[in-house]
Parts: sequence; structure tokens; C-alpha cells
Amino acid sequence: MARIELQTISKAYGSVEVMRDINLTIEDGEFIVLVGPSGCGKSTLLRMIAGLEPITGGEFRIDGKRMNEVPPRDRDMAMVFQSYALYPHMDVARNMGFSLEIRKSATEERVSKVEAAAKTLGLTDLTKRLPKALSGGQRQRVAMGRAIVRDPSAFLFDEPLSNLDAALRVEMRLEIARLHQRLAATMIYVTHDQVEALTLADRIVVLNAGDIQQVGTPLELYERPANKFVAQFIGSPTMNILSVEQSGRGVQLKDGTVLQLTNGSDKSSARELGVRPEHLNVVTPEKAHLSGVAELVEHLGSDTNIHAKVPGVGQVLVRQHGHFPLKAGEPVDIALDLEKAHLFDADGRRLAA
Amino acid sequence: MRAYRSSSSVVVAGKYIALGFYVAFALFPLYWLLKIAVTPDKLIFTDGTSLVPSGFTFENFSTVLVQTDFLAYFRNSLVVSLGTAAITTCIAAAAGYAFSRFDFRGKRLVIAVMLITQMFPLLMIIAPIYKIVAYVGLLNSLTSLIIVYTAFNIPFATFLMQSFFDGIPKDLEEAGMIDGCTRFTALRKIILPLTLPGLAATLGFIFTAAWSELLFALMLINSNDTMTFPVGLLTFVSKFSVDWGQMMAAGVLALVPSCLFFIFIQRYLVQGLTSGAVKG
Amino acid sequence: MTALADTAPGETRARPSFYFRYMVEPYLYLSPAIILIALVMMVPLVIGISYAFQSVNLLRPFQTGWVGFENFQSLWSDRKFWLALTNTFWWTLGSITLQFFLGLGLALLLNTQFHGKRLVQALVFLPWAVPTFLSALTWAWLFNPTIGPLPHWLAALGILSEPFNILGDPDLAMWGPITANVWFGIPFFAITLLAALQSIPGELYEAAEIDGATTWQCFTKITLPFLAPMIAITVMLRTIWIANFADLIFVMTGGGPANSTQILSTYIFTTAFRKLDFGYASAIAVALLGLLLLYAAVLLMLRRKMVKI
Repeated sequence: MARIELQTISKAYGSVEVMRDINLTIEDGEFIVLVGPSGCGKSTLLRMIAGLEPITGGEFRIDGKRMNEVPPRDRDMAMVFQSYALYPHMDVARNMGFSLEIRKSATEERVSKVEAAAKTLGLTDLTKRLPKALSGGQRQRVAMGRAIVRDPSAFLFDEPLSNLDAALRVEMRLEIARLHQRLAATMIYVTHDQVEALTLADRIVVLNAGDIQQVGTPLELYERPANKFVAQFIGSPTMNILSVEQSGRGVQLKDGTVLQLTNGSDKSSARELGVRPEHLNVVTPEKAHLSGVAELVEHLGSDTNIHAKVPGVGQVLVRQHGHFPLKAGEPVDIALDLEKAHLFDADGRRLAA
Repeated sequence: MRAYRSSSSVVVAGKYIALGFYVAFALFPLYWLLKIAVTPDKLIFTDGTSLVPSGFTFENFSTVLVQTDFLAYFRNSLVVSLGTAAITTCIAAAAGYAFSRFDFRGKRLVIAVMLITQMFPLLMIIAPIYKIVAYVGLLNSLTSLIIVYTAFNIPFATFLMQSFFDGIPKDLEEAGMIDGCTRFTALRKIILPLTLPGLAATLGFIFTAAWSELLFALMLINSNDTMTFPVGLLTFVSKFSVDWGQMMAAGVLALVPSCLFFIFIQRYLVQGLTSGAVKG
Repeated sequence: MTALADTAPGETRARPSFYFRYMVEPYLYLSPAIILIALVMMVPLVIGISYAFQSVNLLRPFQTGWVGFENFQSLWSDRKFWLALTNTFWWTLGSITLQFFLGLGLALLLNTQFHGKRLVQALVFLPWAVPTFLSALTWAWLFNPTIGPLPHWLAALGILSEPFNILGDPDLAMWGPITANVWFGIPFFAITLLAALQSIPGELYEAAEIDGATTWQCFTKITLPFLAPMIAITVMLRTIWIANFADLIFVMTGGGPANSTQILSTYIFTTAFRKLDFGYASAIAVALLGLLLLYAAVLLMLRRKMVKI
């Protein structure tokens, strides 16, 4: 299979450098998700791995061999495009078998492989149809089928689910997870959707503005984000960020409240405090760190999101499990789970625990 | 849709009258050409301005076809126009593909040069072309016409083809290249089949342009054997300026191929100019 | 995987393939086009300009050589040249104005819904497909009182005193080629403007309608601004094209009677074709090219000032 190494990879268009010093090693059989806001360079990175975009600097290796200049056809990778890129003039079976057709493999082998893939993906009845006669979900399956049939050493996915509706997206996400379990192939998956990233990935690579922010397992990213960007990007709803300064062994909020953080990090450089909405609790006034007014209460059934305005501190989002009987305009008292709070310095770096 | 339904009947009537005017203006000259061509000689002058001929004959056509060199002219024009159209379309498809899919050093310069060739008076180069063609000994040959017409038509055909290629998502050939194609295989197996309407439109367009070119043909050809249709017809007209029926019959014959092609391509023209219409 | 090992290139072999793919490959696709254009258009263009400063007359093969600005001096004192210049102006102005407004009208009509639209569209675009020499002949015949109805109709309407051929009247002759040119050129404007009209998003009209705009307001506030770039470019290109367009006049009147329809481009052609005086023909062509460049420059400058986007 394939172990993929990126060493000090950079990308420039003319004199504009959009990506620099990317270092990443993807182990054989690993499911890596590249995630970040639009324009962060995640698709460009994937296209460089695929060979569709020239690499400006650094070295790209597959199983130890330099691959920078190898054309896409010789990299033994399959790719699922955001637009699916199904060949409009070929039927489903020919679309799926096209790579084998190009490689001049025997017809029987091609037919049996296409049939097997079609069966796995539930496309058996559709093999004679043209792409334009398929629904969005079916097209997505054909695009996946086209990748499976090749039995490549690595799969590349470029936001494959972003054109599907919500229900179908969940279904296909499970399908991809199952596929990875079954094939145990290296997979590189680009998305801007953190739920896809958290559910699918062995490791997540968070990118922003052409730089890798952090590489880690979903839990590592959630529990120990490297910086404010990752902290805010991973987790939903977004982490609360409150301005603080050092006060003795703890930190002090803008309204004067002192929080005695138990973790032993150096707090002299702390500028901001990050707490996830699920780590805030509505409590009785005497236990509260913050007191404010609920401005907006969202009842989601499984959760209740409370947007509270705390004088002197700002906007705070609290997430309570289950139904929480609170109305907009009512006062609310909030306690922070200080064990799970993060401190960030002036550059947004997280201060280690 | 609502706007159309609610508009008054006066406006609608005005619209149809205007359309009627355009259709009549467009068709009347051609109708008249046809009318005189099928009117028997002895009735031409007595019919005068009446819209319907009082007699009907194919004699003029058969005379033109049998007793004159028109079949030869026709054949020459067909060779030149088909040759030009085929070669131009191939070359322009390649060039249009390069413009559509690559970003390369010198691209702006090449595009600028192509635009300039569309701006300067072609008559400016008629003298040098004549001397060059005479120098290489290709005067009175159809080859020289094909080469010259091909060069003249490449810039426009290239821009036309580029707009067709631009309408085909880049993803498709990238998928092909990942599936194991070289860029050229991807072009041949995936992109070209999807560009067929564009290729057809370009082919038809260039055919029509080559079919109607007169001045360069007049300059480069003066032997009766290699005359193209326009040159032949013009010589015919100045020689037999009294035989109206035959002249117009010859005119109708000249009209047929380009009109056939035009009816075939006109559907794609607006699409091609709007671009993006060929999305898969 | 074995195929991979075979083709995985080493550092030294890889570099050329990299440059090949991203630098050289586009030129492979372009080279036939570039070579042909260079050889058949650019080289003759340079030669053509150089002819303007030489004496190149095939009828006087022994008097060749560089003559400096002599051709332009004779041009300056050539009464026919100045007449042709004036005629070029009226020919171009008359043709472009009528073509544009009639073409715009047709495009607006074709952009609405009506029965038989596809057929109508094919029919009204048909004149464009008619070979120019044939359009010229057909219109010449239509204006001929012996065979064509137009003189009779014009006389019946009182525009002409009696049915005669206007192509033979120095005061009226220019209207013949202009009519043929308008007939032939309407489809070009209609097609390009229709394409531009169809690319205007329909939501804009719906939004304007909700905002209470009248049809006329929709036209002036949405349609025209959207069409403006297309109008600017097509009018410019078409003006240049018409000024260069010699076929119609050459076939219909040959520049006559008494040079009343001689425009610069027919003058170039007859000088080269009949007198075989390539030097003088090239001098006229250079003059025409200069004037057209001047026109394009002025128009582009105006456009830059007018269009504020």
C-alpha cells in the first residue's frame, strides 16, 4: 500500500506563495482528513498529492520514492471529485471501468470488478444509465465506485459530500467509513465540515491560510488544541473566547472575576481564556462565576443553547444537555468547568497544561 | 412569464408585425433570386414585379450545370472549403484547448497577436501574399487558397473553440488523468466527444467563410480550371450579363451548401457565444 | 505497483518532464496555429508595410527599389484617395448605424417568447450565411429595373421619379451597397446581442418588477448597462471590419459610377488587382490601417472614461 510523505512542501503562483513548509507523514492505511476554512489551501494540497497541481518546492514521496514530477496517471491514486467529474458520455459501468479500460486490462476482469463494485454500492440496476439520468446520491456512489474498481494504493476525496443533502451526507459518510474499514487503504479526505473530519479521521490536519495549524487525532484536537484557531474551528458550537489577564495563581476576567485555574501552566503570558459551550453550566447564583441575561435560547431537543450577555465580559454561549426551561430575557448564572478551560497567549498559542 | 401574459394585444401585434418585417427583409432577396431562376426565359420580362412566377422551369439549372463549367467551379470550391474547414478546425481545436486549459508564459502575447490579425485590413497583405505565392509557384492552385484561408480563419476559430472548451469542466480530464490517461488521451477520449457540437459549429462556420471568399481567390486564381465558385460566378456574370435566368440559377446553386451548413450550425452559435452551454 | 516502479523517474530525468508538462506542452498544441499565422499573416504584413515605401509595380518590373515617402506624397495629392476616404466614412457610418439598431431590435424581439421562435431565428439569421459575393450580386440584380422590383416600388412610393438603377446614379449609388451590407450584417449584431441578453440573470428583471419598474425602465436600467460592454466591443470590431470590407462594393459597383462608391479598401484592391501597383496599394493600406488604429485608440479611451465600473 502507500506511505505518503510531504517534506517542506510549498506552493506558489508566480511570486505569490500560498503555502509554505508543509510537513506531514501519512502512514499506510491511515485515514487523514484535511480540514480548514475555504481558501486555506486544503484542496490545493490534495491536488498536489494527486499530481494535478505542480509542487513548487519541497519533496513529495510515496513509499520513499520522490514523486514530485510523476504525472497523475502513474501515482496509483484514485480521486473522488467534489463535482464527481463523471464522464457525461459514458454509462455508469463504463465510467467505473474507465481506468481499467485505459490500462488495457482484460475485459472479463474489468466486467467482474465493475460488477463487484456496483454490488457493494447498490448500483447494480443502474449500470447502463448515463450520469445525467442519476440522482445526486447515485452520482456520488458512481464516483466512489470508479475509485474502488481501481484498487489504488491511496484514495483522495475532495469534499465528496458537499453537494448532497443532509440526510444523504450522513449515509454516505458511514459508507466511506465502512469502505475504509474494509479496504484498509490510505485515504486522504478534504472537507470544510468538522463533523465529517471528527467522525472519519484517524488523524486530522487543520490548515489555515496555507499553514498546518495542528495534526492529531480528533480527540487530541478537541481536548488539546494547539492554538486558538484550532480550538475555535473544532467543536460545535464554537468555543467561547474571553479576554483575561494574570492574577496571582489564576486569571482575571474583564469584569474583575478571578478564576483559580488548577492546571499548572505559566499564566503570565495568558491573554485569552477558551471554554467550550458544553463546559459551561447554568448553576445557582452562589456557585456562579458569571452572571448575565439570556438573550436568545435555542431549544434543539437534545440540547439547549443559551446565548447570554454577561456585563463586562461579553457574549457567552452555554450548552445544556436536554431541555432546559429558560426563556429569553431571564437572568442566568453560569459556572465554568475550569478543568477543561484553555489559556491562549497573545499570538493565540495555547499555553500547555 | 407573467409579463408576457399581461402585455396588451397591441404590443403583441406590434411584435409579430416587427418579426414579420425582419423575416420578409431577410428572405425577400433570396426568394427573388429563386423566383427568377425558375421563371422561363420568355416570361421574365412580362412578369415584371409580380411576386409569383406565371411559369415554372428547371431549364436554367440544367443549362448552367450542363453547358457551363459550374460543376468544376463547384467542385473546386468544395475542395477548398472542406479542406480549409477540416484543417482549420483541427488546428484551432488544439490552440483553443491550450488557451482554455493552460496558463503559460507568452499566453497574453499570443492572444494579442491573434486579436491583431482580426483588426488589420486583410487587403493589406494581398500584394505580399500574391508575390509570395507566385514565388513558390502556387498561383492558380487550390492548395494556396487552402493555406491562406486556413491562416485567416484560425484566430476566430480558436476563440470559438476556446469558449466551447471553457464550457467543459476541468475536473473531467483531471479525473481522466488520475484514471490513467495522459493529457492527450484524456483530450481524445473525454473532452473531444463532449466538444462535438462545438467542432461541428466551427467546421460549419469556417466552411461558410471559405465558401464565400472572393478577393483573394480573384487575385490568386485566374485559370478557368481552378476557379472557385465566387470567381467563376463573377466571370460568368460579366461574360453573360443578359441571361438573367441562368445567372440566378447559378446564384441559387452557390447558396445551397452554405445555407445547409448554416441551418445546421446556427443553433450552436448563440450557445457557443454564451459559452457554458455544453456542460455535461 | 510494478508499473509505478518502472516509471518512477530519478531526479535527473524528472526535471525535463516537469518543464515539459507545464511550460512546453501548451506550445505543442499552439504551434501549428502560431506557425501558420506567422507565415501567412505576420510576415506578409511586415512585407506589406515595407512595400508602402517601395516602388513595386508588376507592370513596370524594372523600376523597383526604395522610394521613401514618395507613395505617400502622391497619396496626399491624389484626389481619388480623398474622395475614397470621405466615401469610407459615409459607407461605414451608414452601415454600422443601421446594422446596429436593426440588429438590437431583432435581438430584443428574439429574446421574448413567441410561437415558431426557432424557425424565425433560423430564417432571420440566414442572410449571414449567404456568401458575400452572392449577396452583392443579388442586391445588384434587385436594384436593376430590368429584372428587379425595387426601382419600380421606389418609384411607386414616389421616392424615385422613375424606375432607374440607383447603382448608376453617383448621388444615390452608395445606398445600394449599404442596403446589401445592412441586410447581410443585421444577423451578426442580433446573434452577439442575443447571446449577451441571454446571459442577463432573469432574477434581475423579477427583482425590478417587484420594485415596480416599468418595461422601459427595465430596458434602460438593466438591459442597456448589461449590454454596454458587448455593444462597445462589437461596434468597434464591426466598424473596423466594415471599413475594410471591399467585396460588396467591388461586386455591385466596382467603385463607380465616377468613383462615387470608391472606398479605401476597394481602392486598395483595384490598385493591386487591376494596376498591379503593389507599392501604391500598400501605401493606401498603411494609411487605412493608421486611421483605424487611431479610431480604435480614441474609442478605447472614450470607453475608459465613460465606463466607471
